[in-house]
Amino acid sequence: MSELLIEIKDLECRIDNQKILKGLNLKINKGEVHAIMGPNGSGKSTLSSVLAGNDNYEVTSGSINFLGEEISEMSPEERSWKGMFLAFQYPVEIPGVSNINFLRTALNERNKYYGVDSIPAKDFLKMVAEKSELVGLNNKLKNRSVNEGFSGGEKKRNEIFQMAMLDPKLSILDETDSGLDIDALKIVANGVNKLKSSENATVVITHYQRLLDYIVPDFVHVLHEGKIIKSGDKSLALELEKKGYDWLKTDENI
Amino acid sequence: MSYTEKELKEELDNKSYEFGFVTDIESEKAPNGLNEDIIKLISSKKNEPQWLLAYRLEAFRVWQKMSEPNWAHVKYTKPDFQNISYYAAPKKKKELQSLDEVDPELLRTMEKLGISIEEQKKLSGVAVDFVMDSVSVATSFKEKLGELGIIFCSFSEAVHNHPDLVKKYMGTVVPHTDNYYSALNSAVFSDGSFCYIPKGVRCPMELSTYFRINESGTGQFERTLLIADESSYVSYLEGCTAPQRDENQLHAAVVELIALDKAEIKYSTVQNWYPGDAKGKGGVYNFVTKRGICGYRSKISWTQVETGSAVTWKYPSCILKGDYSIGEFYSVAVTNNFQQADTGTKMIHIGKNTKSTIISKGISAGKSQNSYRGLVKIGKGAKNSRNFSQCDSLLMTDQCGAHTFPYIECENPTATVEHEATTSKIGEEQLFYCMQRGISEEKAISLIVNGYAKEVLNKLPMEFAVEAQKLLEISLEGSVG
Repeated sequence: MSELLIEIKDLECRIDNQKILKGLNLKINKGEVHAIMGPNGSGKSTLSSVLAGNDNYEVTSGSINFLGEEISEMSPEERSWKGMFLAFQYPVEIPGVSNINFLRTALNERNKYYGVDSIPAKDFLKMVAEKSELVGLNNKLKNRSVNEGFSGGEKKRNEIFQMAMLDPKLSILDETDSGLDIDALKIVANGVNKLKSSENATVVITHYQRLLDYIVPDFVHVLHEGKIIKSGDKSLALELEKKGYDWLKTDENI
Repeated sequence: MSYTEKELKEELDNKSYEFGFVTDIESEKAPNGLNEDIIKLISSKKNEPQWLLAYRLEAFRVWQKMSEPNWAHVKYTKPDFQNISYYAAPKKKKELQSLDEVDPELLRTMEKLGISIEEQKKLSGVAVDFVMDSVSVATSFKEKLGELGIIFCSFSEAVHNHPDLVKKYMGTVVPHTDNYYSALNSAVFSDGSFCYIPKGVRCPMELSTYFRINESGTGQFERTLLIADESSYVSYLEGCTAPQRDENQLHAAVVELIALDKAEIKYSTVQNWYPGDAKGKGGVYNFVTKRGICGYRSKISWTQVETGSAVTWKYPSCILKGDYSIGEFYSVAVTNNFQQADTGTKMIHIGKNTKSTIISKGISAGKSQNSYRGLVKIGKGAKNSRNFSQCDSLLMTDQCGAHTFPYIECENPTATVEHEATTSKIGEEQLFYCMQRGISEEKAISLIVNGYAKEVLNKLPMEFAVEAQKLLEISLEGSVG
């Protein structure tokens, strides 16, 4: 019997008085891969921001239960410590802060939260070597400032590298495929697949079916106007690819 | 000694005067106000030779004809110079019995800076039963310097023990006519530091005022003179990361550096004067004139981390007189709450093939105003000179200000002058990114700010750099808005 990881119930949220999510429901078990698709402006990126705890968005009703705990009022860092990871659509640059230093700080902060000693430099570097190989991250990038001067592909690969280092329970990939050529896409997808286990789950947010050829979802959901209007297996993605979204936008859904 | 009969008599007269004075010196404080009698009083109390008194008096005459500059981008109530006492007997700090009597806010900050309990006691004026290690360290330190012929002492000691050097170099880089505050300092300076590195000597340790024996607190009008003789090297640290509270509101120091041919001086400052409270009340006015002069193939490098003072007016500069000489200025200036800083540098290229680098990183938070003001001047004869300037500003809130006033004067067509400037606001996106990875907001700010200032912090001596990083963290606590 698979174990429940996260349950989102009737989630509503707004930004600047504009309602974006309007009663969203989603259940994800450990070991699953979920794809969330939908037209522009349907609320896909909002969902990832809200799950990660971005306080620009106000949760007005509903609940997010993550590993048995209500997290809709929890700080982003605490969610992170509990195993939430967001691979950003547009990873930000932090000049002067090396990737290595950034990740070491992140891991140490988490260790501090759990009352664990900070990770010794030797073990940390060993881990960096292993994980960067996993996602094919260029050695030089590890010592460069976080995302500064990285190409689009390098930034996305760096996100997956960070994901590997932090070993999250729930990974949300927000349009990780955007701006990637097919080779980079394969590398990123390959990294994600390697990190998959029966203990964690992945949410893939995407516009295109293409990524789902490489990261095969167990479930596909269509998000429209802040609600999931259809769910299915991976064949739904193929259908969407062929037909677009319009056939789903029936009156009752809108 | 090359004293004339007259000087000797003068000195003896002064001495007896001083001795006569000593009995009630503990309570003695010069009356408020500034006039020639006060200056004579200061000079006689310090038992100074005639030439120094003459220098002070001349400076005073010049000062009287000057007016306080108002071109800086700062607003403050001008001090009433006739309402200040210019001489007070070296005061004993009120001794406290235990750390319990010390302002807890001060202790909290010192703890965060990683200052040991013993040091905390010393810095906050608590009586220490056992005089801590630093005295013995300082003694062996002095012995070692002495073996190399390095002179490192208070300015007053130097006036008496090395008058030739003082007389030869004092006022040659910052003349008493230079500006309002340097004239004032020249007239009334209390004490300061003197340092001389002999020819060809590489000073084996970082010289720090912290280790100077006989230091009786920082004066209101400090004067520093540092001479690096030919082919010598010295790294000098000034200031302290611990918060410095001082009842004197006005501070006007003068620092002169002389790098003779092929010499190198590295001068690092961490300044953390009391900036006033969160509402902008109180705080120190810091009006400093710092300048160095470079001989042939010599180098002067200024590095400063400025986090304190209510108002800062400070432009550590280099006169690149010798051919192939190099001037550098690396600065991080943080302003928070209602602080105002107008700081930068002047690079005066006179010799051929001279080079200068300016890296200035301003960080503004709260409702503060942070300005960079810099002059790059290439003289007619400064063939093939080069300058590179980079002035970055980081804004933490919507209510603070960052300003850049670069001045470039170029009189030689073979020179290259480059100026780059950026302004950025600490991004919500950057913070959220860090927080998503499990880095708390406070830690994230410190990470981002330290990354931003890294180029400058890297120029500081190692142990100073670590303290400076923590200092930035503390100065910006809870400052994003």
